[in-house]
Formats: sequence, C-alpha cells, structure tokens
Amino acid sequence: MLGLMLKDRAAIVGIGETDFAKRLEPSEKRLACEAILAALDDAGIAPCEVDGFASYTMETTDEVEIAKNLGAGDVTFFSQVGYGGGAGPATVGQLAMAIATGQCRVGVAWRSRKRGSGGRPWAGAQQQSASATWTRPHGLLRPVDEIAMLTRRYMHEFGATRDHLANVALAVRGMANRNPKAMMHDRPLTREEYMRARWISEPLCLFDNCLETDGALACVLVGAERARDCRRPPAWVHAFGQGLPAQMHTMVNYWCDDPLRGPAWTCADQLYRHSEIGPAEIAVAQLYDAFSPLVLLSLEGYRFCGRGEGAAFSEKGALEAGGRLPVNTSGGGLSEAYVHGFNLINEGVRQVRGTSPNQVPGAEACLVTGGEGVPTSAVILRR
Amino acid sequence: MSERLLPHVDEDSRPFFEAALRGELRIPRCTATGRFVFPPRALSPFAPRAPLEWVTVSGRGTLWSFVVPHPPLLPWFAERAPYAVVAVALDEDPRVRLVGNVVAREDGPIEEVDPGTLRIGARVRVCFERVNDAIALPRWLLA
Repeated sequence: MLGLMLKDRAAIVGIGETDFAKRLEPSEKRLACEAILAALDDAGIAPCEVDGFASYTMETTDEVEIAKNLGAGDVTFFSQVGYGGGAGPATVGQLAMAIATGQCRVGVAWRSRKRGSGGRPWAGAQQQSASATWTRPHGLLRPVDEIAMLTRRYMHEFGATRDHLANVALAVRGMANRNPKAMMHDRPLTREEYMRARWISEPLCLFDNCLETDGALACVLVGAERARDCRRPPAWVHAFGQGLPAQMHTMVNYWCDDPLRGPAWTCADQLYRHSEIGPAEIAVAQLYDAFSPLVLLSLEGYRFCGRGEGAAFSEKGALEAGGRLPVNTSGGGLSEAYVHGFNLINEGVRQVRGTSPNQVPGAEACLVTGGEGVPTSAVILRR
Repeated sequence: MSERLLPHVDEDSRPFFEAALRGELRIPRCTATGRFVFPPRALSPFAPRAPLEWVTVSGRGTLWSFVVPHPPLLPWFAERAPYAVVAVALDEDPRVRLVGNVVAREDGPIEEVDPGTLRIGARVRVCFERVNDAIALPRWLLA
C-alpha cells in the first residue's frame, strides 16, 4: 500500500541552481546555500519553514551546516543516499515519502559539487571498495574504464556501434545548444568530430564522458494541500523506486548472472509497480548520462524497448528534440553540467511545468533516473 | 618510478593470493550448492550460512570484454598506456569474470600485447606474476 500512499502526495514546487562552470570561486557550502535559497524563492517559501533535508552521502556539507546557514526551523527528517549518481531521484523520493507519512512538511533536496576545479576522485591511490582489489591493480582505475568494459560487451552481444553512442552524445549536445545555461551551449558537435575525438577508455571517447563541473542545484517539496497554493505549477512525485539488484557490485558489476541487465531493471520494476504512468505514456525522459552507454542501458531497463534494443532505439533521431523520446532536454551530464545528475531532476520539473529550453509539447509526465551501474533510483514527475 | 597499485589482501581474499603465490588459481565455491562465488567473501550468498570451500580451477577461459585506457591515469599506468584490461570468463563458470591483463609472458609488461589483436571470445590461460613476497597477480596468456 506504500505506493498508494506515495502517489501524488507530494510535489516539487521550487527549483534552484547556481551557474555551471569549469571553475566557480565560492565553496561547495556557499554554492549549496545559493541553490537552496533560489529554490525556496522559486517556491515562495521562507527558509524558516524548512523541516526536512535529503542529499547524497558524498555531499561535503551536512544538514547541520546547511540548516544553520539557511535559517531553517526545527528539522524533523534528514536522510542521505549513497552511491553518487544513483542517489539523485532518491533524495526526492525519500522526501516525498517523509512528507506523505507526516515526518516533515517542507523538504529540501540538493547537491553541490566542485568536480570541475576539484580533484578527480579516482586519482587517490587508496582502494575505494572491496571490489577494487579485483580490478584496480590491473589498471581498471576510473569510472570510465569500468563502464567501458560493459560497453564493449554490449556492443559485441547486440551489434551496437560507436554510431549508437554518438546518437546519445549528439542528441544531448543539441539540447545543450538551445539551453543558454548549459556549459556546452555555444559548442555544436558533429558526428565527424565525435568519431575523431581522442580516446578516454576504448571504446569510449571524450564525448561519451560527462563534463567536469562546479555548481549546485536544489529543489523544494511540499505536501498536496500546500502544493496547490504555491506560485509554480506543482510537479507531482507520482512514482518512486530504488534498485540494488541481487549480487550487484557497484560500477564493476561483472560477477552477476547478467551484467548487461543492471540496476535500472530492478528500480523500474518498483517504479512502475505503483504507477499509473508506464513507459508508453512517458514522452520525455531525463536518463542519467555520466557516460553515453548508460542511456542505452537505461532505455532498456526502464522498458522503452527490450533488452539489447537500446542501440537500435536511438536511431533516426529518436532521442533528439522532436524524436520518439527526447532525453536530457537541458543537455544532461554530457553537455549541460555534471552535478551527480541533479540537473536532470530540475529539468524534469521544467518539462512538466512547460518551461524547458527544449519543451516537449504537452508533456504530462517526465521520467528522471539515477545512474545505471550503481545502486540507483528513479522518479516519475507529472503535471 | 611511480608506485604500483596492489591488491588489498583481507581475510576473505587471502586464500586467493596465497594460492596465486604457488601458481594456482583458486576460487571459492558454495559447499551447499556447488556454485562458484566471486569475489571471495565470508559466506555463500546462495545458501544461508553455508561455508565456502576453495577449489583449484583450470585457469582457462575466454575474453568476455576488454578496455584500453588512455591518460589521464595514475602515473604508473600512464607510463604504460595504452594497455588493455580484460575480463576473462572462466571455463568452470563463465559468470566468474576475472579482471586482468593479457601478457606475452608471465612477467611481461601490461602494454606488450597490442590491444588491436584482442577479440572477445579469444581463449586464454592463466599465469602469475610474483610482484613481491606476499602478492602474485594472475595474468592471461593467449591460448
């Protein structure tokens, strides 16, 4: 019955974000506060009304610091979600659950990160997980290497080519070219440039990789009654799922029965279980894109096509504006900003508000997903 | 010379690396179901509380996938890039996919075999590089 309790019981009523750039001067804490205050302004809600927080375990600024800088009231719900890019939609979903069950009334989710000017997380020589013992000593070091291993297998099993990866990169870049806030707004990309780009980890090239960004984003959730009185049209949290499949290993998911059937499948089962909106009714999606192949895998996991059909689905401009399923309509992590996928949440809100830089006409609902390859999460936002 | 990354040997992985020092590839197996379990851990996920037994396997398998990293990389690897990193599906259970490098000889450099010659499905067999007195790493020779 939890699904019935969650469905459309809470809504995102405010979104906010900083500029996005390779380097911003303010600290992650100041950027977080700036984004949260912008989201509260957008909602027309005073900071002293905030009584719930959700963010990422990787966030450097904790709730205590945020609350005391914002001037939040007495906070009665706070949670952090793990696994980096898998966490984004879960911050929204967990706040929606907290609001639906009366644990808080005004929830703020956020992510602030200086990945553009800061260090690369993989560059530390320390082993980061138990799995690392089995991979890093052999030179499988970075997230891009770990996903490239799955990508080459995917290409081998299903006949996918670099052209399919380019379909993703070019579609998302086209979105960014029409979004003045996107880091790649002024940088068109052609298929020829994609094919000539330098390798990062074969079979993945530069343009299969997300940007390195300094920036922060936030959103504000409230319950149904309050949402109807807010100054922006509510983006209802219609459905929510998380997924950590049996025998999964994070990023290096090579030791389960079917490594190409990733956490998106588990998450989607839960997401659609209580949803009145299925893949056939979803006309626009924000699919986590730290790497272009994750979009193809997510198309399959979230059931827009069958297993192994994501590459073919991407053909004929399907992912571009005006295509069968426009994705990452603000430019995503590949071309707008990479802030652990939180920009996908705010863009999902803009789609159901009707204010996207690449608005899909009449979009009733938008799927927003977290990272495929890590324990993940997803929400369906609706008008 | 920059520093090489070594495995973190703990109570779960120690038998693997002790066997590797002896030139054996050993993989834990569930005593209740007979199913291989990798990476090593304390208990079998396939039967509650079932202990694991360590089994010496043939060391033969096929290339399941591979990548070719290019810089930026940690210095030890940047000096050797581009090199291939492979995942090998073991003959005994292809769901056990060991990550490693294809080499021309057991103590050969990781960049010696041209990645352009590798193909998914290629047959390989294990060999071991003794890195120090406590660690030997499995590596793969084209069979």
